[in-house]
Amino acid sequence: MRESIRPALVLLGAFTVLTGVVYPLTTTLVAQLLFPARASGSIVVVEDGARGSTLVGQPFAGTRYLVGRPSATAPVPYHAAASAGSQLGPVSPVLDSLIRTRVAEARVREGLASDVAIPADLVTASGSGLDPHLSPAAAALQVSRIATARAVTPDSVRSVLARATAPRWLGLVGEPRVNVLVANLLLDGVIAAPPSFR
Amino acid sequence: MTTHALAEFAVVVASVLLLALPLGTWIARVMEPGVRPLPLARVERAAWRLLRTTPEDDMHWSRYAGHILGLSVAAVLLLYALQRLQGVLPLGAGMPSVPPLLAFNTAVSFVTNTNWQAYAGEATLGLLVPMVGLTVQNFLSAAVGLAVLAALVRGLVRREASGVGNLWVDLVRGTLYVLLPLSFIIALLLAGQGVPQTLRATRTVTLVEPLAGTDTTVSTQTIPLGPVASQVAIKQLGTNGGGYYNANSAHPLENPTPFSNLVQVVSILLIPAALCLAFGRLVRAPRQGWALLTAMVVIYVGSTLPTLAAEQAGTPQLRSAGVELAASPTQPGGNMEGKEVRFGIAGSAIWATATTAASNGSVNAMHDSFTPLGGLFPMWLMQLGEVVFGGVGSGLYGMLVFALLAVFLAGLMVGRTPEYLGKKVEARDIKLAALVVLIPSAWVLLGTAVSLHVQGGRAGIFNAGPHGFSEVLYALSSAANNNGSAFGGLGANSAWYNTVLALAMWMGRFWIIVPVLALAGSFGGKRAVPPGAGTFPTDGPTFVLLLVATVLLVGALTFLPALALGPIVEQMQMIVGGAS
Repeated sequence: MRESIRPALVLLGAFTVLTGVVYPLTTTLVAQLLFPARASGSIVVVEDGARGSTLVGQPFAGTRYLVGRPSATAPVPYHAAASAGSQLGPVSPVLDSLIRTRVAEARVREGLASDVAIPADLVTASGSGLDPHLSPAAAALQVSRIATARAVTPDSVRSVLARATAPRWLGLVGEPRVNVLVANLLLDGVIAAPPSFR
Repeated sequence: MTTHALAEFAVVVASVLLLALPLGTWIARVMEPGVRPLPLARVERAAWRLLRTTPEDDMHWSRYAGHILGLSVAAVLLLYALQRLQGVLPLGAGMPSVPPLLAFNTAVSFVTNTNWQAYAGEATLGLLVPMVGLTVQNFLSAAVGLAVLAALVRGLVRREASGVGNLWVDLVRGTLYVLLPLSFIIALLLAGQGVPQTLRATRTVTLVEPLAGTDTTVSTQTIPLGPVASQVAIKQLGTNGGGYYNANSAHPLENPTPFSNLVQVVSILLIPAALCLAFGRLVRAPRQGWALLTAMVVIYVGSTLPTLAAEQAGTPQLRSAGVELAASPTQPGGNMEGKEVRFGIAGSAIWATATTAASNGSVNAMHDSFTPLGGLFPMWLMQLGEVVFGGVGSGLYGMLVFALLAVFLAGLMVGRTPEYLGKKVEARDIKLAALVVLIPSAWVLLGTAVSLHVQGGRAGIFNAGPHGFSEVLYALSSAANNNGSAFGGLGANSAWYNTVLALAMWMGRFWIIVPVLALAGSFGGKRAVPPGAGTFPTDGPTFVLLLVATVLLVGALTFLPALALGPIVEQMQMIVGGAS
């Protein structure tokens, strides 16, 4: 092993320069040239400043807003500086009581009967705690409440949700999804159209 | 299981196989002396001069192994120092230095190609350590895997030779011609989907609806950025798996879209799959490579389908709580706890078995929250020794060891000295092969047993009951087989787990590399024997079947009792609890 000291150090030095400096910096340069908005965090900037990243969910609770998924981040939900899932196991009693509470809350909030099944994504915490999306079904459930709170027609809310919805890739891969932040910014009229980098 | 899930799975498998064809051919050319593209060839020759070596300096297996150990010790020291000095070095983004045990665990984790995450990226590391520390080891550890494989293949091909190749040349070639160009392409594809690639560390935004807390109101959100795409590209291609963010590829900035998810999951399996085909070319018998790849695909597909079914079915607990479990065109249904909407059930389950079949260990959903059976298959895939695709290089050299065991078993059945690729497999070779299988298994089982008997081990358990046992078993399985994924509830950043898991990672890596290189030396020194009437052909369906059976049997016999105490009991618990 003694004779490996010099080549090992030289190799580590060369790799550090090549793969630790040249590679990430070249990638940064090219990515910033090709996709400046996406490579910088997909930030929505309006007149009064940066309002969020279309890829990082925000907490919403008000009746006027589309409410996203539960978030397990600490100390507050959707704490972007510390992504985390709940890590609760499938038979955990803690998880069971959390989900029962959320289902009951969702039924009350949206004015649903007590036997309506609630979309799974609306009552389970995401893996990152920052999931920016909802399933179309979970969003559709909230249309009449949002329309009432904003005194607009349900159809106008539906059309906003449709504009904030992305389909499966090639109709095959992934899931259709509504971007909660984009939908709420559209509802508030902060932005007139979904950002191009969404 | 839905039609959509099957279609998405078919897209993943087909993409891997289609891309593996040209890549396998290319890797085979890179592993042999030959013509290189000019600008890179110049860099290669410059590297030889710096290293004062040439391909003609052929190394004995023991020298090759010694250099790997020396290099790895130096790499651990360097990465440890970088983390310990983060607070005083530039580009630290205000983060303090990493505490000693965590820095030690993370250094071993990245040098051994495990990338176990005891650290939480965005809360522990600034820009410097991920860039010039973690990313570099992602490349280097993958290159070491490729090099060891190249040495083993040379051993199988050469006759009465004393050397197995030149480590330094192998490391430079693998990185320059395979890992770097592929990473650059994948990094740009990911940046185009929204994975950050910038030198800015954070961006603060104003929340649309301020969050009213009990005593304070939160009105801003600080979004961690950085050179993420370049690290994520090699994290997947090099079967490393260590995330830029704590939530790894479940984080919407690390993996923003269904397409980025497809790119990443294909990147996880791509090089290990291509290596099988490269192997076939190098031994001048492409069918030998296809046989190994077929065995891998069979086990991967066979364990993904039940995982998909279990996650889509969800749990009786969810159903009785009033949750919709059926998938429809407008919702994923199923067990969505710990999963992201953009990937749904299909994208998460397909990833879970891909990342554990390959020794990648990145996650796009939280395995700790999977259903009992949905968590069992990923755990078992690691326990099989990371030979189903496995790590870059390490998967195939592990699978070749199983191939030796398979021909040995076949030889026992007919009472004839086993042969593989025209070389006799003798007693010493089988002893070395047995070591390769036994060492990680022993670490997994003994490590789990001891962890459950000491306070430090039990203190880390998050979920109660059999699921808590699974958390510990999963952690040891992951570390000793160099995977790196976790049942994340386990409090792994503790003195006990940082130490035990670091040791498991080190042993699981180098106590396999050394016997594998010894095998390379042993085979290289042998004469070739012409195939006779009693030679068991190792490129047909019978061999594939025997190989799959060997891998599964060894895995089942070793780990079934332990799995019975964890996921299997939990499955019963789920059924009984859901009925009450």
